[in-house]
Amino acid sequence: MKQHISHEMGMHTEQLAGRTQQRFFSPEEEENFFYPGSYEVDFNKRAEFDAGPLTATQINLKLRELMSEGYGTIVMKNPGAKHGVAVGILNRLQLYIEGSLGYFGCGLIDGPNVRIKGRVGWSCAENMMAGTVVVEKNAGSTFGAALRGGDLVCMGDVGARTGIDMKGGTIIVGGRTGAFSGFMMQRGRMIILGDAGINLGDSMYDGTIYVGGKIAGLGVDAVPGEMTDLDVAWLKRKLRLYGLEAPNGVENMTKIVAGKQLWNYDNLEPAEKKIVL
Amino acid sequence: MCGIAGLIHRGKAGDIGREMTSMLLSLKHRGPDSTGFALYGTPKGDELVLRFKVAEQEDMRKGFRIHQEVKDRKAEVDRRLAELGARILEQEAATEYAFRYRIAYGGDRRKLADYVEDVDGAEILSLGHGLELIKDLGDATRVADQYGLSGFVGTHAIGHTRMATESDVDIRSAHPYWAYPFADVSVVHNGQLTNYWGKRRELERRGHRFMSNCDSELIAVYLADKMEQGATLEDAMRDSIGELDGVFTYLVATADSLGMAKDTMAAKPMVLYESDDFIGLASEEVAIRSVFPHEIDTFDPYEGEVRVWKSQA
Repeated sequence: MKQHISHEMGMHTEQLAGRTQQRFFSPEEEENFFYPGSYEVDFNKRAEFDAGPLTATQINLKLRELMSEGYGTIVMKNPGAKHGVAVGILNRLQLYIEGSLGYFGCGLIDGPNVRIKGRVGWSCAENMMAGTVVVEKNAGSTFGAALRGGDLVCMGDVGARTGIDMKGGTIIVGGRTGAFSGFMMQRGRMIILGDAGINLGDSMYDGTIYVGGKIAGLGVDAVPGEMTDLDVAWLKRKLRLYGLEAPNGVENMTKIVAGKQLWNYDNLEPAEKKIVL
Repeated sequence: MCGIAGLIHRGKAGDIGREMTSMLLSLKHRGPDSTGFALYGTPKGDELVLRFKVAEQEDMRKGFRIHQEVKDRKAEVDRRLAELGARILEQEAATEYAFRYRIAYGGDRRKLADYVEDVDGAEILSLGHGLELIKDLGDATRVADQYGLSGFVGTHAIGHTRMATESDVDIRSAHPYWAYPFADVSVVHNGQLTNYWGKRRELERRGHRFMSNCDSELIAVYLADKMEQGATLEDAMRDSIGELDGVFTYLVATADSLGMAKDTMAAKPMVLYESDDFIGLASEEVAIRSVFPHEIDTFDPYEGEVRVWKSQA
């Protein structure tokens, strides 16, 4: 018997997704649960600052300083594509970044809602656990690498290896993605409204990829899945949240899942391994 | 990991010496060992610009005799140029061991290059009508100051900051590489070629020479060989995607063009900014931002992608 609606969609519950881990604690433990370095903030307290003259370290310290003072809405101006900006934020926050980020922007975050008006470089939101990150322009490669939870959205095009090793959450790409997207994906969902590059979903263990455009080629053990009414309903709801639409309708998107022929690999005979590979 | 950058002004000349210095300084963290520039100025008739060195930077710290040896080597280069009928119109010493000559020469460039490089310690960095190739140890500011590049005006340029991995920290292994013996062709590269030795032997059998053991030099020679056989720059670059094995992103410049190619794994970064009058490319967007601090739209070229732009100047 199916325990959860996601099982009907061929997905497992995403128990590794950031704050949802709290449900494993008893109520008494939950009361005592806190992240060191996380802050209680008030969304009605707003601050803005110019990141132009600051280094990446100074920018991150400035964010912490403002959060420690209770500011829950922060506007960062002129980030100048610097690397490692807005990382390790472990509490709720409305963060507006007016400009572009370099590599590893918004990595290791758990909870904030981030809106980036520019572009992001490689490895945006790597290991993100919860919250939302919305990028209004394009993104570099390894977008959402090892994502564990939350929604990561790029309105434009994204580079190669999008969602590599992702373990939960949702990645939405408004345009196209490059080669090896979903490589070694373990859980979570990826929605690509445009075209996908070669080796899509290569060696994926689990999870689901929806593609609205053309797929240049599937990777090893990535296979077409059956689109259900639940998929369609979920996609419509998810895309509506971010004002996006599938070019040919979500009903006509292609669903890709793991063939699971690589599972139990160690139990196979050498000859069978050759067939799998 | 190395950093590479390129820029091209379309329809006009620009302050490319200052711009490329700024871009490469922004990429210093990707490679502090050496910095190199390939700058394309305005050609003056049939004159050629010859950039060459007669020693490595570290050689200059090895005893007193090296200073006289450098003078002797330069004199021998001058003698050989005269013997081949090349007339030196102007000469500058950028450093004690690196020189810039304006020469008048209508003969075989391969013959000239081979004869000059036969002098002990001599290496031609570039030979062309517009190309000036400068590379040395240190960061972009140091090299630009040493060689007086801040006022260089031209149409396009490529540059490189090197983190030595598979070969030495010396000028010989620094980028860019001139695509010997083709005038005005240069290459910078970020990545590793895994079929280097096989391809090198193949090209050596065809008569090409290698001055270093750096795999990036292979790309320059490979493209030169293809073009020698009649291929266009773009065709040669497209062939390289399938024939060169490994992970790479490289930039190549000719007298009037700038090109980029990315391998099919797209494992090495490249960010591109494209407007009607300017193209900027770099391993990281922060380098393009050093020239354009205001908000601009940039994107990553995709796997297997080859692009070529003309300066139209």
